[in-house]
Amino acid sequence: MIDNNHINLKTKISVENFNLFYGKFQALDNISIDIPSNQITAIIGPSGCGKSTFIRSFNRMNELIPTVRTEGRIILDGKDIFEIDPVELRKQVGMVFQRPNPFPKSIFENIAFGPRAHGIRDRRILEEIVEKSLRQAVLWDEVKDSLTKSGLALSGGQQQRLCIARALAVEPEVILMDEPASALDPVATLKIEELIEQLKEKYTIVIVTHNMQQAARASDFTLFFNMAENRAGYLVESGKTTDIFTNPKNELTEQYISGRFG
Amino acid sequence: MIKDISLSKKHNAVIDPVKNLRKRKNTQNIAFAFIWLAGIIAVAALLFIVGYVVSNGFKVINLEFLTTRPAGGVSGKGGISTTIVTTVYLVILTLAIAAPLGIGTAVFMVEYTTEYAGKKNFVGYLISLIRTSVEILAGVPSIIFGLFGFAVFVSYMKLKFSLLSAGLSGACLVLPLIIRTTEEALLTVPKSYREGSLALGTTKWQMVFDVVLPSAMPGIITGIVLSVGRVIAETAVFWVTLGGSYRLPKNLLSSGRTMALHVYMLASETRAFDKALGTSAILIVIIILLNLAINISSKQFSKKFSGK
Repeated sequence: MIDNNHINLKTKISVENFNLFYGKFQALDNISIDIPSNQITAIIGPSGCGKSTFIRSFNRMNELIPTVRTEGRIILDGKDIFEIDPVELRKQVGMVFQRPNPFPKSIFENIAFGPRAHGIRDRRILEEIVEKSLRQAVLWDEVKDSLTKSGLALSGGQQQRLCIARALAVEPEVILMDEPASALDPVATLKIEELIEQLKEKYTIVIVTHNMQQAARASDFTLFFNMAENRAGYLVESGKTTDIFTNPKNELTEQYISGRFG
Repeated sequence: MIKDISLSKKHNAVIDPVKNLRKRKNTQNIAFAFIWLAGIIAVAALLFIVGYVVSNGFKVINLEFLTTRPAGGVSGKGGISTTIVTTVYLVILTLAIAAPLGIGTAVFMVEYTTEYAGKKNFVGYLISLIRTSVEILAGVPSIIFGLFGFAVFVSYMKLKFSLLSAGLSGACLVLPLIIRTTEEALLTVPKSYREGSLALGTTKWQMVFDVVLPSAMPGIITGIVLSVGRVIAETAVFWVTLGGSYRLPKNLLSSGRTMALHVYMLASETRAFDKALGTSAILIVIIILLNLAINISSKQFSKKFSGK
């Protein structure tokens, strides 16, 4: 896929002829795309077209399903991710899920969990990481006096920001977000979008979204996925978000963003 | 075209809504009466048993009864001090053996073998074999565990009638209970916790130990407390593995007598039926306290987790 818009940007992740199968069922068909560094890349497309499957390939979460098989390469900073140990890879490529999933632990323990798992024991360093991560996730002012409270006592939007803070605490380079605002109300959604905008300074962000306004508002680049009756999820069109939404090259893209199917 | 059946007036003419309602209410009243009756009979029977044992038993309970050792003989003289201590020893020993084994087995089955479950290979067969064995073991009468313990630990391994033989046999008895309760507790831990942990770059073991097990803890503790109750209440297994000495056990290879065993021996071999009832009353009180402990601890845990 040739895309002039990407030329001036450093590539963070490069996907080359990627296919994915669940047993005999093919879910992704020959996807090649470069994901630019320190930008927000949104993935849109109708339900079941493999958007989530695609980003879950970047941190190899698909491998938790035993029947999954992949072909092709995904290159992160010049290294094939399938040659990196998944535990090591997931430290570099963090993930935020569709439904907020804080652990049934205190707010502090939720954030400290990752760094602790990676060997940091010093209480003072952990406290610093917790504060820094919560500040980055714009949650610090709301929870600084109740760090010992359970993460599950927060509101849905706060829980999702807690999960983002938890992902930030292990200092990843890429953050994958799988419809992070789909379970939230409009106000909480807007907060998450503002937060994502701030995060791109330090992180490369790939976000799956069902909400086209969200993709238009909150992303720099957009990938449009689709599937057909006898074709697995494939990449229809990619480019700068403004171009995709104002001047789509493919007829399907135009139909999808104008709400005629999907 | 689908016909809207509510529009056809024919049926309405046949059914009188007032009569119909009265008839349905009558059916409900009869059903309620039976359900209430069943509930009242069951509760009354239980209360009668507990009331009989406790009210008769408390006549013999005093400080002396609790602090002197049984004296033996046909008259059943003495108290129950050593049997209390032996019971505590045996509970600790049994659970020290059964809890790690049972929890480990459940973790193995739930966390480490999902990808093999139902597959036609060695691990797949092994898992379905473990599952079936656990289910069968849970339904085996306790005396059979006793006979097994007698044959293997007491005779073959030459551990004699001892705390160790009884602890090992008791562990076999409560193992299925611990495995099943732990397995159920692990299965209720949401998949999103596991994914959340792995996505942070933890190993699978870190995920199991730091996220899954703590979340499953209320269920696991319930299983362990139920096992404590099972060991306290058990007679058949310990009858054939612990011996019956009323002395205080000195080490793991000493024989001994638990409270439940003491009740059995007092009732079957002495004339001291009142003392059997007294010991039973204390056993019942302990079981009630254990159940209270389960309720309180699981409430505490859910409070802590929900953060309210």
